Amino acid sequence: MTRWLSKNLIRIYAGLAIVYILLPIFYTIAFSFNDADKRNIVWRGFTTDAWLNPCEPIGICEALGNSFKVGLTATFFATILGTMIAFALGRYNFKGRSTTNLLIFLPMATPEVVLGASLLSMFINMGVGAGLMTVIIAHIMFCISFVVVTVKARVASLDPKLEEAARDLYANEWETFRRVTLPLVAPGIAAAALLSFSLSFDDFIITNFNSGSVNTFPEYVWTASLRGVPPQANVIGTVMFIVALAAVFAGQVVGKRKGKK
Amino acid sequence: MAIAHVSAPDAPIAPEKKSKKFAYILLAPGLLWLLIFFAFPLINLAETSTKTPAPTFETGEFVQTFRFMNFLDAFVDNQEQFYRSFIYALLATLLALAIAYPLAYAMAFRAGAWKNFLLIMVIAPFFTSFLLRTLAWKQILGAEGPVVSTLQFIGLMSPDGTITATAFSVIMGLTYNFLPFMTLPIYASLDRIDYRLLEASGDLYANGATTFRRVTLPLSMPGVVAGTLLTFIPASGDYINAQLLGNPDNYMIGNVINSRFFRVVDYPTAASLSFLLMATILIVVVIYIRRAGTDELV
Repeated sequence: MTRWLSKNLIRIYAGLAIVYILLPIFYTIAFSFNDADKRNIVWRGFTTDAWLNPCEPIGICEALGNSFKVGLTATFFATILGTMIAFALGRYNFKGRSTTNLLIFLPMATPEVVLGASLLSMFINMGVGAGLMTVIIAHIMFCISFVVVTVKARVASLDPKLEEAARDLYANEWETFRRVTLPLVAPGIAAAALLSFSLSFDDFIITNFNSGSVNTFPEYVWTASLRGVPPQANVIGTVMFIVALAAVFAGQVVGKRKGKK
Repeated sequence: MAIAHVSAPDAPIAPEKKSKKFAYILLAPGLLWLLIFFAFPLINLAETSTKTPAPTFETGEFVQTFRFMNFLDAFVDNQEQFYRSFIYALLATLLALAIAYPLAYAMAFRAGAWKNFLLIMVIAPFFTSFLLRTLAWKQILGAEGPVVSTLQFIGLMSPDGTITATAFSVIMGLTYNFLPFMTLPIYASLDRIDYRLLEASGDLYANGATTFRRVTLPLSMPGVVAGTLLTFIPASGDYINAQLLGNPDNYMIGNVINSRFFRVVDYPTAASLSFLLMATILIVVVIYIRRAGTDELV
């Protein structure tokens, strides 16, 4: 018994850590089915009311829509800008390389409250009104670095011989890029885009500084938490969780199939 | 470059020169974005930090007087929250390390076919809202939650005792929220270790503990350094956990910056505090990286 315990101690420890990680997620999911009063804190019985009327609380679906608008737009631009930088860093020798690395690293090393406050104070000084546009600008800014880091790793792991082979077969630079390089880097770009979207969709601190009177989903939850979060917020959280989980599992299955080929 | 061009005007040089130019084309839009919306706002924030209220005393109006004493005032007035931020962040980082390292180790070496499944479980929190998860903790640890009622039932806690609104729950929340950022880099560096190195260590009569201390741990240090930084930096600037899981006695520097900005409309103090926070973090990071001996972060 003790031998079994000492042999599996680390597995038990890891299992407990996973329970700790998942506990609040289960809570969030469970309370989407709660027959809640205003506060949705105590379990009062099972109902699917919130699932059937997800948009009932005023402003919740509008906030969700804003989060999608911001998330998709910011992801689109940050992925393009970041991928371009990643290619430059991974493929070329140029002057100002360390400055570039610093400019990529610093936004990740800056606390969100500082990023948010500095952007807002610039917008105020320039007389720019805060709204959806300023939120998108901010999100592109903080997503770029994460895209660069993710895509750069993929570019660096590419075998340059594959591109040489393409050129040997008389592909010009553009064809080589489109037919060889891009497909090989694509999983990295996809991962970076997913990361950007989840960072953007979940961001509260920077958003709250720069959104003015517009609300995103995290901002809706924050405001609602003062008087009680409706179970519909849990419904939205649960749906996002399931969709993301399904996407990851699907990605793994596709990856495995490709590996077998 | 020009000399090289004269001495060897043929093929090998020309594409390289062209590609260098192309590198700048690739870099320009993204770096420009970061300059305008990251670097420039920081400069702007620096400028705001030495301003003083306008003589008209209108709310939100400030004039530049280069009052560098703002920094000292901001620090002296809020030193309690300042120290607290770094103590909480440090404790949360150590706790997260204590949870994440064995977890990452189990994932890398003891999980077998469960490896990918565990990896997905570790990143699962990213799939639900950060605020909803923190609010769930507030519920779990709250006065009406299962933990408090159980503890009170078995008499380990007084009937009016609480877990939320204490330093414990704030640090627990910080630990929880940044745990994936600690686990993933450690897992990545452990997973990369060539298992033959561990076998070789065993062949040389090292026992399990020695192998871990002399081989595994040193090889996983880059992951530990990255993980601790990715936890410590956001934790020290966070104000959500303190606000949702703590009470005003647990407020951190992020709470002060936030309220200076929005409630008090005191931009210079908020700016000074932001700079003090960032400067402290950068100093800590640089010292830490020097001592840990890893340069490659990005």
